[in-house]
Amino acid sequence: MALDHTFEKRKLVIGGVAVAIVVIYLIRLFFLQVSSDDYKLRADSNAFRKEVMFPSRGLIYDRNGKLLVYNEPSYNILVTMQEQHGVDTLGFCSTIGITKEEYIKRMEDIKNPAKNPSYSRNTPQLFLSQVPAEIYAQFCEKQFRFNGFKGEQRSARRYTMGIGAHLLGDVGEVNQNDIDSSSFYAPGDYIGKLGVERSYERQLRGEKGIHIRLRDVRGRDKGPYENGRFDREAKPGRNITLSIDADLQALAERLLEGKLGAIVAIDPKTGEVLCMASGPSYDPRKLVGPERSATQMSLQNDPLKPLLNRAIMGCYPPGSTFKPTQGLIGLQEGIISPNVAFPCSRGFNYKGQHLGCHGHGSPISLVPALATSCNAYFCWNLLRMFNNRQKYPSQHDAMTRWKDHLVAMGYGYRLGVDLPGEKRGMIPNAEYYDKCYPRGWNALSVISISIGQGEVTATPLQIANLGATIANGGWFITPHLARSVQGERLSPEYTKKRHTLVDPRYYPVIAAGMRRAVLGGTCRGADIPGLEVCGKTGTAQNRGQDHSAFLGFAPMSNPRIAVAVYVENGGFGATFGVPLGALIIEQYLNGGLSPASQEKATAFQKRRISYGGYSR
Amino acid sequence: MQRENVRADKIVIFLYVLLLVMGWLTLCGASNGLDGVDFLAWESRTGKQLVWMGLAFVIGIVILKTEVRYIDTFSGFFYWVMMVILLLTPFVAKDIKGSRSWISLGFMNIQPAEFAKCATALFLARFLQQTDWRLDKFHNLVRTACIVLLPMALIVLQHETGTALVFAAFFLMFYREGMTGTILLLALSAIVYFVVGIKYSAVPVPGTLSSVGEFTVLILIALSSLGMLKVYRPRLRLTSRMLLAGVLIVLTGWLVSRFVHPFDVSWCLLILLVVEVCILLSQAIGERSVWNHFTLISLFVLGSMSFLYSADYALNHVLQPHQQGRVRVLLGMDEDLRGAGYNVNQAKIAIGSGGLTGKGFMNGTQTKLDYVPEQATDFIFCTVGEEEGFVGCLAVLVTYLCLILRLLFLAERQTSRFSRVYGYCVLCIFLFHLIVNIGMVIGLMPVIGIPLPLFSYGGSSLWGFTLLLFLFLRMDLESRSRSY
Repeated sequence: MALDHTFEKRKLVIGGVAVAIVVIYLIRLFFLQVSSDDYKLRADSNAFRKEVMFPSRGLIYDRNGKLLVYNEPSYNILVTMQEQHGVDTLGFCSTIGITKEEYIKRMEDIKNPAKNPSYSRNTPQLFLSQVPAEIYAQFCEKQFRFNGFKGEQRSARRYTMGIGAHLLGDVGEVNQNDIDSSSFYAPGDYIGKLGVERSYERQLRGEKGIHIRLRDVRGRDKGPYENGRFDREAKPGRNITLSIDADLQALAERLLEGKLGAIVAIDPKTGEVLCMASGPSYDPRKLVGPERSATQMSLQNDPLKPLLNRAIMGCYPPGSTFKPTQGLIGLQEGIISPNVAFPCSRGFNYKGQHLGCHGHGSPISLVPALATSCNAYFCWNLLRMFNNRQKYPSQHDAMTRWKDHLVAMGYGYRLGVDLPGEKRGMIPNAEYYDKCYPRGWNALSVISISIGQGEVTATPLQIANLGATIANGGWFITPHLARSVQGERLSPEYTKKRHTLVDPRYYPVIAAGMRRAVLGGTCRGADIPGLEVCGKTGTAQNRGQDHSAFLGFAPMSNPRIAVAVYVENGGFGATFGVPLGALIIEQYLNGGLSPASQEKATAFQKRRISYGGYSR
Repeated sequence: MQRENVRADKIVIFLYVLLLVMGWLTLCGASNGLDGVDFLAWESRTGKQLVWMGLAFVIGIVILKTEVRYIDTFSGFFYWVMMVILLLTPFVAKDIKGSRSWISLGFMNIQPAEFAKCATALFLARFLQQTDWRLDKFHNLVRTACIVLLPMALIVLQHETGTALVFAAFFLMFYREGMTGTILLLALSAIVYFVVGIKYSAVPVPGTLSSVGEFTVLILIALSSLGMLKVYRPRLRLTSRMLLAGVLIVLTGWLVSRFVHPFDVSWCLLILLVVEVCILLSQAIGERSVWNHFTLISLFVLGSMSFLYSADYALNHVLQPHQQGRVRVLLGMDEDLRGAGYNVNQAKIAIGSGGLTGKGFMNGTQTKLDYVPEQATDFIFCTVGEEEGFVGCLAVLVTYLCLILRLLFLAERQTSRFSRVYGYCVLCIFLFHLIVNIGMVIGLMPVIGIPLPLFSYGGSSLWGFTLLLFLFLRMDLESRSRSY
């Protein structure tokens, strides 16, 4: 049979088509597979579900190893809108103990992009947090009936004692700011909001772990990827031992009941804060669990501002507790010597200016001036310093020198305590007065700063720190609350001595004055036999009733505690400041209170001060 | 003249076995879940596939032992029996995923359409063997068309449109047997115009108001018409002048649009093309025949232009929205990851995640976790891509290419038109399956569910391809033993 070969060349076309297409496909495959990682990443996000393992938060202990804060499992209920249908709403509400209105409101809040910016129909959203264990158990039992709802176990903070709310702080859900500023946080995570929880967040939170699990196309779990070769376990947070003495803290809080104010005690040798109480306080246990938000609202709206940690955020006129600084500055600057005496005729009188004082002998030298808290002595001291043109070319220079001394003593700037929100107080400088007195000013216009009044303000922590500085004879260590952090060294700023600009040889004079105040001056109420207490009262003038303050340390020869007490509108320093300070010193140094002191403490605990119609 | 010691073509048999082995190993990867599978168990797909492969070898050997004249004689009978079976299938078959093409034999399901390809190829070969067969004879054309269209229609009735389309692949065989190449050329241009014109219709040419799609297609029309002119009338000087003038005018138009006032530069091209048609027609007047090169090229230009604008119109105004959607997804203009685009997207992710060397045998995550649809059958190439990477894909594609080129070589050395036509039919079917299946998986072709020959899981398709291939090997054997 003859075969027609006319079109034989067309085999080349056909072969060419086959080759060309295979080449095109190979090029395409090359671009898909080799030239980009895009598809690889998409495959991973397709098939891998990264399960975050939450670390347990570090525990918090007091200085004696007493557990203060620990974790307990808590339960959240989540809802995935996409899967949530055919749920018996009433049954659900009665199971978890909410009303139908609350349910509807919560659902609307979840869907509201303004309140819940990360909302997605397909991912679980937080429906109710910190559900009690019994209710959670009931929910789990009936969970199969509630499509789209599921439970989640987290941990919540628990407190062994109802103390230290301000300094311990609390833990709450992260806000958008937290998420934006750190890659560590995801919506729904917890973060320390206040206190030590916030300042040591990084140490306490630990490290999240991750478990990579496979899921199939329908999202079903198919077990760990490569038997967990790439999994990482969560690392629990570091435990923190605070310098706080729990018993001392409890006493301080007891004593401040019904009063506004603060009590701060510092171990002068180490700068460790032994107690830091602020009144009014609240029970930290109330800021956990379902009532958290309600408690927070009522605390926020309370006119007495219980959320304010007055020990570091209250800026008060230090009053007479400020006088030791003036004595030190005068001695260092050569304005006075221990033997120089100034007249005091029921006050300070100069060029028609009068600043009152109380009855005591005149003229008076430094030690008795401290003991009796003479106003005139320190006014003369400041006047002579500011008007000394041999030493200071101008009044400005004198004022600047004065300010530098105080700054070195820890006033006017934040001390740097390891708590968020510390205030700096106020030490005016010359420029400040230039603005206040456009027509000029002189020592007399600002004379009240010499007795801790006028523009001068300080936090109770700064006042206590002065006590520590005098006790140490011229240096202090930045006060701090963390005594040790597990597996980590304390920040060097909490171990370094900070020296003042005053020669150490002048400090014993001031200490002697403060000792004299206790033995026979304004602080007689602080005399505890065998404890060698040194003290200084403060009665800070104020628009209303005077504030009652006390600054002290003990024992004089080997100081172990410096304490500052500040009670708003408490009257004379001797009324509240001295007895409360003495109780704190006794409790710490003796490890407890004598029966008489115990009675006294209970009496003070029951005393209420009325604040503009509000009282507690 | 008969020589008994001539053996079947070793290369084809080698490639056939190689593809089967690669296919089976890939199937192991594809059906390997996370729980571990006994690959040899009868319950598993791999186990069954082993049995189908064994039966396929039996079919192959039996065919190689059969006399060619039986094949020749029975081709008509085979064809008509298949047609009857195809006709009856929808009534007997159960509805499986919307198609009624599977006849249940109890232990397995058979898909007659897979064998209809072979029957049709044989019958076509026998029909074209007639010495006076020419496609331009009308009654030949009609009867040939009927032979191809009948099984297509019957298979469409079974809702197996993909399989029916395979018969369109016989185009290439007809081309080899003398069908005019113009048809192929026109089909190719139509596809290019459509794809380029629609896909880039919304992309602007920088500095102008024209769309890249329209602009490019018009340039393609101009260049190909001038190219044809150059081929058919090499001595005509007009061609290069027209090219030069066109380039200058378009360039000027672009410069004006870019720096003076933006306008649609496609208008320049449109006017140029109209001018070109006028020039060509004026040239045509001097020719003897009406259907000379000038008029034909003018027709090509006019036809192309009307195709371009009518395709655009048809897509936006004639097609239903969901059909428009499919076209747009196919052209990569839309991503429809939930609907039509989902499978292809998952397939691309699986293949793309394989990288250069793949994740390793049995280590694919996308296929293991069922992200890829139909991973053992139509989308089996995904597993190759994911587990063996680009290297594996290259190997598989090259093996197929070798097989196809070897078939081309064998077809050309046939001594009878019957076996040559049949050889080309086999080649066309393999090539079509390869192009469509892999093109679909890598997102270059629409989703048409046809298996990858010798790779995809399934007895019917494996036996169908084995039948096709070994019948041809038998004819080749005959052809060679006669020639001695």
